[in-house]
Amino acid sequence: MIKSPVLEKTTCYHCGDDCTTIEYIVEEKHFCCHGCKSVYEVLSVDNLCNYYSYNDHPGVTRKQTNKRFDYLSDPTIANDLIDYQDTRISIVTFYIPQIHCSSCLWLLEKLNKINPAVQYCRVDFLKKQLNIRYDHEQLNLQQLVELLDNIGYEPLISLQDVIKKQNNADKDNLVSKIAVAGFCFGNVMLLSFPEYFGLSGFEQTFKHFFGWLNILFCLPIVLYSGTGYFVSARQNLKNRVLNIDFPLALGIAVLSARTVLEIVTHTGAGFADTLCGLVFFLLVGKFVQKKTYHHISFERDYRSFFPVAVHIIENDAEKPVPLGKLGIGNRMVIRNNEIIPADAILLKGEALVDFSFVTGEAIPVSKTLGEIIYAGGRQTGEAIELEVVKPVSQSYLTQLWNNEAFTRTQDKRMQTFNEKVSKYFTIVLLSIAFATLIFWLPTDVRRGFAAFTAILIVACPCALALSTPFTMSAALSIFDRNRFYLKNVAVVEQLAAIDTIVMDKTGTITTGTVNNIKLEADLTDEQKQLVYSLCSNSNHPLSRIICRYLGNMDQLAVAGYTEIAGKGVQAHINGHFVMAGSADFILGCSDHTSAHTMVHIAIDDRYMGYVAFSLSYRDGMKNIAALAGSYDEYLLSGDQDHERGDLQQFFPNANSMYFNQSPQSKLDFVQSLQQNGSKVMMMGDGLNDSGALKQSDLGIAVTDNVNNFSPGSDAILDGKSFDKLPVFLRFAKDTIAIIHFSFFISLTYNLVGLSYAVTGNLSPLTAAILMPLSTATIISFTSIATHFAAKKRQLI
Amino acid sequence: MNILYFLIGCSVVLALGFLGAFFWAQGNGQNDDLFTPSMRVLIEDDEEKPENTEPPIQK
Repeated sequence: MIKSPVLEKTTCYHCGDDCTTIEYIVEEKHFCCHGCKSVYEVLSVDNLCNYYSYNDHPGVTRKQTNKRFDYLSDPTIANDLIDYQDTRISIVTFYIPQIHCSSCLWLLEKLNKINPAVQYCRVDFLKKQLNIRYDHEQLNLQQLVELLDNIGYEPLISLQDVIKKQNNADKDNLVSKIAVAGFCFGNVMLLSFPEYFGLSGFEQTFKHFFGWLNILFCLPIVLYSGTGYFVSARQNLKNRVLNIDFPLALGIAVLSARTVLEIVTHTGAGFADTLCGLVFFLLVGKFVQKKTYHHISFERDYRSFFPVAVHIIENDAEKPVPLGKLGIGNRMVIRNNEIIPADAILLKGEALVDFSFVTGEAIPVSKTLGEIIYAGGRQTGEAIELEVVKPVSQSYLTQLWNNEAFTRTQDKRMQTFNEKVSKYFTIVLLSIAFATLIFWLPTDVRRGFAAFTAILIVACPCALALSTPFTMSAALSIFDRNRFYLKNVAVVEQLAAIDTIVMDKTGTITTGTVNNIKLEADLTDEQKQLVYSLCSNSNHPLSRIICRYLGNMDQLAVAGYTEIAGKGVQAHINGHFVMAGSADFILGCSDHTSAHTMVHIAIDDRYMGYVAFSLSYRDGMKNIAALAGSYDEYLLSGDQDHERGDLQQFFPNANSMYFNQSPQSKLDFVQSLQQNGSKVMMMGDGLNDSGALKQSDLGIAVTDNVNNFSPGSDAILDGKSFDKLPVFLRFAKDTIAIIHFSFFISLTYNLVGLSYAVTGNLSPLTAAILMPLSTATIISFTSIATHFAAKKRQLI
Repeated sequence: MNILYFLIGCSVVLALGFLGAFFWAQGNGQNDDLFTPSMRVLIEDDEEKPENTEPPIQK
């Protein structure tokens, strides 16, 4: 049984991971696991090995090969996934998280070579989506997914996928509106120039011709491109709020009415170009505001993470059941790496459940028969059988989503600066306009109306409406570069406004992987080798970590190896009896006082010591602790308070740490802070923080891999940028200062315009110059200022 | 100067043509994915005989 040691480190030809065995070698190429090797074999059969020539190690490790997709043969599930189907072909779109390089693109668009029933495939690289058209008489959905899985690209099929279809309908045609506005704007500008340069007496017929053409071009602007503003203004009036859309809609209406009136009555040239420019720039601002920089889903909840179907045992046979039909009393079978979708009692098998998605805890927990296992855990190890005690939507974890925090329609969280200002702006604007009208009415009615409309035109807050989107989107791209991904531009403002920071412990302020291993035992090299040989026989995650920690050693022959579920392992090696496992197993007494997970070691019945695993705190925790002066900081943890002492350095205040918090109590805690008037930022990482993230004014999910699962939130922070958080907070405040300043710039322009307008002598030329000029000033000021602010904070 | 009526007519028709072309492209989904094509062009068209690109082995 002695294996020759692998002296030099080899990396897997497919995925680039270190090879720990020499079991998988094909054509002198090393592979780390059977999965990777089989992908290579599939590809070499079909002559697709160019896959490996575009990039080194283009694959993603495929340790697990026993995936089951038979639930896809259920027609109700399949129909939910398929986009289009007729008598011959089906079209389906998959989300494939593994897509990351040009090799992926190349291979996935060559599926046809592997199976001719696939007629067409197109990858959308940024969205990580694959669109496939295939002949469903030769290939069914299940076979298609198995084909993808065989080449290492398993699609992520989740409940949310199935559901998302229904609420994907509302898609506004903003780009088309901008195109129409741009078209009209360009033409109207050209047609207005002759008027500004002056037309001689005999050219007056042209003037009317140009005027009528201008009216023609304004029609699509008002009736198509600008309709959104009228709709929004009317809705706001109904809800008795004055937002910025109201003066904008008023401006558009007055502009078009006065233009038509002047041209029809031959009294003037009208403001057609100002009108077109206004709508065009506003729509561009809207477009910038909506632009997102990263294709990350912020709306993930438990549904995107739970499987679509689960296998149950009925009449001694296994069959797949859609999750919605899973009822109390069903007996589920959960295999290695599958997720337990409902609260259930363990009936059979050795359960070793990884709750990292729920709590952020990296080390799996073993469960004994008859114990209730809460939904959301991932089984590692052998297949287990469980009896469902609660339906999926009512389980300990998922019932959180029934809380009102999740049913609130639109986040009525914080008033943005724009909303606050535009209320007063509208009132002041209207009062100036009416005051001017009343001032002129007794003496000169015509002039009164001219002045009245001119005020509404010139004070139209175009620059004001643009300052926020342009500043925010510049800030968003800077955050994005620093691996801090915000859901939308409004989040920047929330980031600047918060005054309280609440953090989850495990996975949020600690790193997601175990890398703090302490060997508290005096072992000779020979003894280390004994422990290594023992642990290398076990698949338990802790054994794996110990093996990796001790490094590559010669493996000794092991006799009489036994693994006792949930306790430990033991074997005779080289004439020594070696045991490793829990305190209960080695010492015969259980130890509940320690903060760390431990594996105790005994050789020849003599206690040698233990290996302790603990999670280390993220870099930059000190920076965040230093924020305590300006922010209230709290820690919420679902764990026992073993680590209270260690955490004291970051949270010196006695009332700032709370342990043993359930998902619901985390939410309630955030709510109680809010009721005391705090603006709360919640940082969490697992599904158990979802409620608090949703309830808070700003929820940030911290994750080590952005494409991995993270709960629904307003922003996703990559663990690598955790230490930059204080800088992010400061930069957000800078951004708000820039918005305030650009507001004053645009106000200055408005005042200049108003001074012309109140006299009733606003020429179309003045308006046509002022509007684009103010817009250009605002756009350039905000982008340059944001750039400098980012430089000052060393974010670029 | 009456030629202006004709010229302006022409320019508007031309501009409408461009607008129409843009709408066609938009409706056709040509602007849906602006990133992937930039990667696709870097991939060799055909991998028919990769051996052929290598010089023949001399004995």
